[in-house]
Amino acid sequence: MCGAPAQELSLEGIDVGQEAVVQGTVTKGGEPVGGAFVRLLDGSGEFTAEVVTSATGSFRFFAAPGEWTLRALAPGATGEAKATAALGAVAETSISLS
Amino acid sequence: MSRADNLVDAAWVEAHLDDPKVVLVEVDEDVSAYDKGHIRGAVRLDWKTELQDPVKRDFVDKRSFEQLLSKKGIANDDTVVLYGGNNNWFAAYAYWYFKLYGHADIKLLDGGRKKWELDSRELTDEVRPRPATEYVAKDQDLSIRAFRDEVVAAIGTKNLVDVRSPDEFTGKLLAPAHLPQEQSQRAGHVPTAINVPWSKAANEDGTFKSDDKLRELYAAAGLKDGVETIAYCRIGERSSHTWFVLQELLGHTGVKNYDGSWTEYGSLVGVPIEKTA
Repeated sequence: MCGAPAQELSLEGIDVGQEAVVQGTVTKGGEPVGGAFVRLLDGSGEFTAEVVTSATGSFRFFAAPGEWTLRALAPGATGEAKATAALGAVAETSISLS
Repeated sequence: MSRADNLVDAAWVEAHLDDPKVVLVEVDEDVSAYDKGHIRGAVRLDWKTELQDPVKRDFVDKRSFEQLLSKKGIANDDTVVLYGGNNNWFAAYAYWYFKLYGHADIKLLDGGRKKWELDSRELTDEVRPRPATEYVAKDQDLSIRAFRDEVVAAIGTKNLVDVRSPDEFTGKLLAPAHLPQEQSQRAGHVPTAINVPWSKAANEDGTFKSDDKLRELYAAAGLKDGVETIAYCRIGERSSHTWFVLQELLGHTGVKNYDGSWTEYGSLVGVPIEKTA
């Protein structure tokens, strides 16, 4: 399926050793933002994937090793962050909206 | 057919919320999205449990599609407006699917759920079932659906548009990056396919780019005029988005969606694959 699974951060049942995970939370003024749209953009700025944050503001991607840009959209606010993904690792990244 | 016939904006939808002949249909892969809130009066369609055959890999047959739409309260002369999450991927897929079975009047809500939510427009959790109908479908219109042998035959002769992300196209990734990277197929793309990710046809808020920008996009990518086109992705929903752009917005003819897409092609024995990653 190409649709995004529910965004909660349990990695149970997934062989993390084979994945390059980028995950984190979206916040605004220090508070988590649920329902925000988070995009994973590759090194050339091209769209790779998009998820919607959970009620607690969480998101997660299964990327490839390398440099990524995360871009978040919510009503009236946007935010951006960078992440470096590596195989078998979880890159924790937070995005602050303004 | 053009943009004015096939695409509506949020204001149009709001003006038709109480029109009994306009049926809003929400299609998400995450079916719980509808429960958390949907546009008033919208019915839910589950692309997987309702549109796919439960056993073999194919769509439900004509009779089952008729029963499904009858049960949902959709009549042959209703205007169906599709919208959904994931930048309308699954809504575009359902749009193409409704066309396949010959529904007459069908439109896509520009930007889908995303634009609607970013505009902070009203969503409700109230479910309003519609009275059942006696829907009659047509036979599948195979002029818009491509099968594997046509894809192999199209190598070097027709336009093949791979709408996956660049990393999936080159073979670096096997699935979109919000999913675990399953390893059931070979990675890469169909030889001679051009890579125009679906996302290049859309703005950040999920709405489609202007016709002029879209024409420039495909011309610059090398899409040939006067040649038939087959679009594919991984399972056929992102390529429905591009099929919609090419045929329903730009008015190209002879555009097919290959719903088998990479999960089928990348598993076939003996077919050529190009891998550049």
